[in-house]
Amino acid sequence: MPVVEAHRTPVMEAHGIVKRYGRVTALDGTDFELLPGEVLAVIGDNGAGKSTLIKILSGAVAPDAGEILLDGRPVHFKSPLDARREGIETVYQDLAVAPAMTIAENLFLGRELHRTNWFSSFFGILDKRRMLEEAKSHLRGLQIGVRSMRQAVETLSGGQRQGVAVARSAAFARHVIIMDEPTAALGVKEGTMVLELIRRIRDRGLPVILISHNMPHVFEVADRIHIERLGKRVAVVNPKAISMSDTVAVMTGAKRRDELPSEVLC
Amino acid sequence: MATTVMNPEDGERTASRSIIHRLLEHLPPPASIGPAVALAVTCAFFATQSPRFLDGRNFSLILQQVLEVGVIGIGQTLVILTSGIDLACGLVMAFGSIVMTKFAVNLGLNSYLAIACGLLVCAGFGYLNGALVTFVKLPPFIVTLGTLNIAYALTQIYSKSQTVSGLTNTLLYFGNTFRIGRTDVTYGTVLMLVLYLMTWLVLRDTAVGRHIYAIGNNPEATRLMGIPTQGLLRRVYTLAGLFYGIAGLLLVARTGVGDPQAGQTDNLDSITAVVLGGTSLFGGRGSLLGTLVGALIVGVIRNGLTLMGVSSVYQILITGILVILAVMTDQLSRRNKG
Repeated sequence: MPVVEAHRTPVMEAHGIVKRYGRVTALDGTDFELLPGEVLAVIGDNGAGKSTLIKILSGAVAPDAGEILLDGRPVHFKSPLDARREGIETVYQDLAVAPAMTIAENLFLGRELHRTNWFSSFFGILDKRRMLEEAKSHLRGLQIGVRSMRQAVETLSGGQRQGVAVARSAAFARHVIIMDEPTAALGVKEGTMVLELIRRIRDRGLPVILISHNMPHVFEVADRIHIERLGKRVAVVNPKAISMSDTVAVMTGAKRRDELPSEVLC
Repeated sequence: MATTVMNPEDGERTASRSIIHRLLEHLPPPASIGPAVALAVTCAFFATQSPRFLDGRNFSLILQQVLEVGVIGIGQTLVILTSGIDLACGLVMAFGSIVMTKFAVNLGLNSYLAIACGLLVCAGFGYLNGALVTFVKLPPFIVTLGTLNIAYALTQIYSKSQTVSGLTNTLLYFGNTFRIGRTDVTYGTVLMLVLYLMTWLVLRDTAVGRHIYAIGNNPEATRLMGIPTQGLLRRVYTLAGLFYGIAGLLLVARTGVGDPQAGQTDNLDSITAVVLGGTSLFGGRGSLLGTLVGALIVGVIRNGLTLMGVSSVYQILITGILVILAVMTDQLSRRNKG
């Protein structure tokens, strides 16, 4: 478990983010900080603004005010594609894969590798062999066991499918992986498998933002917990020091930040 | 936890244990073999029933008879792979062939220019379908039901329901033949086979081809991967329209006239070919070459029964049964995969 040090430069930070939808204020000047090599869980009640915050960080929604810094450098995302170009990958909860296509095809969907000789590059011929080999090494690196990269994704279990989606993000993410409820659609055993994947990605040094409703999952895998409430970050807590019930109390507003002992905050 | 994540070495050992399994992975999946087997069985049956069936000239005839449905089937397959459907295809083809012939004969336009206009009109109809599906978000079934009627009406209005005859040699070019041994083969047949091969390679070996499959599989996931799905759909419908135009040119060359009553059953015939070829009507899975096999199955049954002197009604009956069997196979295989 990496020790989180306060002086390290955040990989990604956001200051004073505001987002309004008509007269509804979804985010009311929220801050955000992701440190190198950590799993940061973002939790919040329904309507707290956590999904809006995540959409802003992944480029799906543009903020009305505030700034986002990546490695200390200001960035402006107009689309998820912009965020992806900066090395930020998102894993969606609803298993965003093409079921009848192979694992290798899913891994490289939209980012296919092409053969480089003049004939092939003129006609845009795919380099299937290289994609198969690289897919194999990516899945092996995360210890996701599947029989063949030529297998259709629909022949896999739900956990393995999410594994393919996670491997796809991990293969292309250079900065950050955002996981939006990655275990919500999965059974208990498969959810545990995805948590294991999150740890492996973190241990390679890639920071992970995990959005989850599942408190046991959050406490099992997170290094820090960002609590969002009423469009603001109310606290960042250490799951090793705080109880699950205190966390939920802060999240729902039953307890204020200053009622918590100082050692649980980070 | 270690038990929930499979060890990759275990997976490999299982794979190497069965060499047969590995070989099977390199073979095409059963869904794409099925239609070819069905075609072979049908041919074998008719070969025992009629001495005239196994003859180069007879095969050349069968190929000519499936020409229009075959080329329309390429466009139809592309559309169905994206989980759409095109009901307008046959009547768009008819309109295109009327435009070509009337522009050349009545307006005295250069034949190549007339052909280009006909192809352009068909591609335009395709674009209209694609635009209504993507911009207005209407279901493809409804959109093409509408354009089917529009294309039919325009054909009748423009041709005054009169057949166009007295065509130029250029318009009839693809009806010309060359000899292989004792068999006459039309250039139209060659064009159809070339179009199949080219489109099949694009679908199989290029990114655009794989994206067409991906849209049919999961449009939202495809969009999230940064693929411009709406633009790609418009391109697919437009390209399909172009194929209907080419089918119109082949129709003109085969029949020697511009026929305003043509193409009225080609929508269902092409969908039949696609389904018999093992492509799923739900999109995202199937093979283009299957469509050619599907069209040939219908053509062979029709030809064989005619040689046997059986009424053509039985051909329709058998086709109907085959379609239901093909869709059942598709459904059952999907259900097994959960």
